[in-house]
Amino acid sequence: MRVLLIDDEKELVSTLAERLSFRGIEADWVTSGKAALEKAAVTAYDIAVVDIKMPRIGGIELKRMMASEHPHMKFIFITGHGSEEDFKTASEEAGKEYYLVKPVDIEELTQKLRQVMGTQGGTA
Amino acid sequence: MNPQWEIIGSEGFKFMGKMNASISHEIKNVLAIINEHAGLLEDFTLMAEKGMPVDPERLKQVAGKIQSQIQRADTIVKNMNTFAHSVDEAKGTVELGGLLSFMAVLTERLATMRGVTISAVASPEPITITTHPFLLQTLIWFCLEAVMENAVTGKKLHLSARADEQGVQVVISGLENTEKLFSSHGFPGRRENALLEALEGNAAVKGEGGEIVLTLPLTFSNPAMAKGEVS
Repeated sequence: MRVLLIDDEKELVSTLAERLSFRGIEADWVTSGKAALEKAAVTAYDIAVVDIKMPRIGGIELKRMMASEHPHMKFIFITGHGSEEDFKTASEEAGKEYYLVKPVDIEELTQKLRQVMGTQGGTA
Repeated sequence: MNPQWEIIGSEGFKFMGKMNASISHEIKNVLAIINEHAGLLEDFTLMAEKGMPVDPERLKQVAGKIQSQIQRADTIVKNMNTFAHSVDEAKGTVELGGLLSFMAVLTERLATMRGVTISAVASPEPITITTHPFLLQTLIWFCLEAVMENAVTGKKLHLSARADEQGVQVVISGLENTEKLFSSHGFPGRRENALLEALEGNAAVKGEGGEIVLTLPLTFSNPAMAKGEVS
């Protein structure tokens, strides 16, 4: 499983990637939508974990752009507040099960990644 | 309450809500980072329990990152407190350089989300006026919001203050499409005009210089308060 983490908070996204690696999931990370598009153009990712609210290119817009270029990719959204509006938007875009609220529980994220990729219970 | 104050009241709530939402989002991010660093320390502990080596320098580094996020949160909360207290007085002394620096910090995240940078330019000498602090902040935000709607990504806006014999001017510079702002967006609009009237000021959009200039009196009389229209 190849995972791309996208959040404008570098400390958050880099630490999440490190913690996922301890759980057998290799994840790359970037801090902007633009960097995500560039990274996805050269690496075939299976899944992207995307912050909904980011400067310039927001998470929803980024998902649409990436999905059109890479139709096989799956997406999990993360958001600061878990507002009804965010939940509705994320649910419409990716399904309600693909939505996490910050602070992210690493075990929940790990489980969701495996669930989305159909590797539940096994290693990535 | 007259229609002007109804507008100011409702728009003031919107401004307060917008800033609070932005501040709380930033605090959430700080908490999320602290959560990950604390989790990382937990991961290292579990590894150590399993006999895997853990580099003490790495632990020190993570602890330092937690402390730096706590300092970040402390600054955010201090700003939040300053902002909350800006509604305390309907008439107060304001040093404009400090107020503009504060506005740049307060609106930083919202500007960044739009790909815009806002900075305050220090005046050679402190410029102090007597005004309604919260209404002035509200007016400056609405001006910035209107400008950012027209701004291209990467735009840099500057806030500055200057004084002359006609009064005091707060200047938002680095604008583009100022004519469009004035004509199609109807700037200053109903809410800006209500605030300008309350602050006894006026606004001008200067196309050539790419500026919004807010002219304010050195001391305002706050006639609405005197008439008992607001408290």
